[in-house]
Amino acid sequence: MTDMTVRVGSLTLANPVMPASGTFAEGLAAALDLNRLGALVTKTITRELRTGNPLPRVAEVQGGMLNAIGIPSKGVPYLLEHTLPDLRQWTVPLIVSISAPTVEGFASLARDVSVPGVAAIEANISCPNIEEDGKAFAMRAASTESVMRALRAATDLPLWAKLTPNTGDVAEVARAAQDAGADALVVANTILGMAIDLQTFRPRLGNVMGGLSGPAVKPIILRMVYQVARAVRVPVIGSGGIAMAGDAAEYMLAGATAVQVGTATFVNSHAMTDVIDGLDRFCEARGIARVADLTGALKHEEADEEDLAWVTPAA
Amino acid sequence: MFQATAAEELVEVVSNDLVNGEYRHLVVATSVLAATAQPGQFYQLLCPAPPGEAPYLRRPMSLYGADPAARRVEFLYKVTGAGTRGLATLAPGETMQLLGPLGRGYRIDPAWKHIVAVGRGAGLATLGPMAQAAAALGIGVTAILSARRPDLVVSDALFRRYGATVLTVTDQEANSGPAHVERLLRGLIANGRCDAFFTCGSARLLRVQQKLAREFGLPGQVAMEQQMACGLGMCFCCVRDFAVDGEIVHKRVCWDGPVFDIQEALP
Repeated sequence: MTDMTVRVGSLTLANPVMPASGTFAEGLAAALDLNRLGALVTKTITRELRTGNPLPRVAEVQGGMLNAIGIPSKGVPYLLEHTLPDLRQWTVPLIVSISAPTVEGFASLARDVSVPGVAAIEANISCPNIEEDGKAFAMRAASTESVMRALRAATDLPLWAKLTPNTGDVAEVARAAQDAGADALVVANTILGMAIDLQTFRPRLGNVMGGLSGPAVKPIILRMVYQVARAVRVPVIGSGGIAMAGDAAEYMLAGATAVQVGTATFVNSHAMTDVIDGLDRFCEARGIARVADLTGALKHEEADEEDLAWVTPAA
Repeated sequence: MFQATAAEELVEVVSNDLVNGEYRHLVVATSVLAATAQPGQFYQLLCPAPPGEAPYLRRPMSLYGADPAARRVEFLYKVTGAGTRGLATLAPGETMQLLGPLGRGYRIDPAWKHIVAVGRGAGLATLGPMAQAAAALGIGVTAILSARRPDLVVSDALFRRYGATVLTVTDQEANSGPAHVERLLRGLIANGRCDAFFTCGSARLLRVQQKLAREFGLPGQVAMEQQMACGLGMCFCCVRDFAVDGEIVHKRVCWDGPVFDIQEALP
């Protein structure tokens, strides 16, 4: 038996596997015992009531899917009165994902969801910032720092920042989030993409553009986790194309403390428990006593500094 | 103690035969849990990849028959895309990953004496098990089956086996239009043979039944189709507009349905 516990800042999880926000709701309990997971992560909620994007909202692509769901949200009262009581039946730590179009909107929402039974707040700062010309907060270090600073002042709960891969320098953004008070970084959200229907010449998503997820993104996000983990001291939670235990092990070796499984749950409702059981066997077979020992255990071949310079994050 | 209501499992193909020029009948051997389903529920199938294609997501498929004693689940499908092209390649003895049963099925009131099922095309698959359940409650069923051509009418024998009176209408015979179906339905209502409408597969025929249901104060249910990703109410891919208490609201076909009140549905 491997010791499967991991520590994400002040939070101890029974195992390193949790759902990626947006891909999980209480419906999964029809097929899966949610108490087996390391944590639960809600869909992103906003203060504004949102119905979401026009259809079609999902397009299947090679090795994954594009989505432009549009964060449908029933607002804060519904979360507090329905979603949280429903999810609190389960014994695992509950993480609430939030988003807002402004810095102050983020801060006030964080205050409102800092209630008993919430173990941490995941700030989905990969959403458009209306004060910055619609660019996602996490595309730039400066806007990341200002929103995380306001969030830090608004809540005493552990604060996770969910970063976007749609930025040129993810390590710099990661450092800004850490310096502004993030307790952990989730790397990463979906990669912006699009697809066109050759029968109709129309975009295959109602929103034209959407986020790519699934096995296709894994090498890209794995690289970002590696870059971020080298740049920060806070724990990194890897999220991108994890479907099997081997994928999760790669993320941990690259520096992740825990992982999120998202799109894979759509094609296998047991994906998360398969990853947990598989990680246990993976460690056991290699004589690794604690799954946490995988974190950052990547071995480098001997190489001089200059050969590796191109993979080192910019200072 | 955790108790799943939907099975996630590898199932074995028992048979996968053509029933006419367009439709196939797939029978799989499952667990008791997977085969314990209500009419109108559906499954998520991980279809094998057909040559040259690689569908990533699962495909929703309504149940055509489920027997927990025999541990069998049946599907009726038409080959239309990458998923069903892959399904068509399955041979007896091969396996496929399946999740289900899922969603909310038909609700049948034992007080009804006689109901009407109106289906077209692949929409007929979901109505067969409903007719079986109604017949088991001693409720008479009239099935109006619509298709492009007489040779493409599916599951008429199944409905007859459940004791249903079967009327077929086809485009080729020029009697499948909404006006003719409305005349048939008005006749059934006049003869006291329509305590409720059940329908799937045609927006035009849905509108006819909505109109008649309002006019005569009759209840009804419709099974809706929509593109899905997760099948468990998590992703919000499969929302449609529904009219509820004078407001247009989004509902998830996989979670709130796939069977809805006939007056809520917006064709």
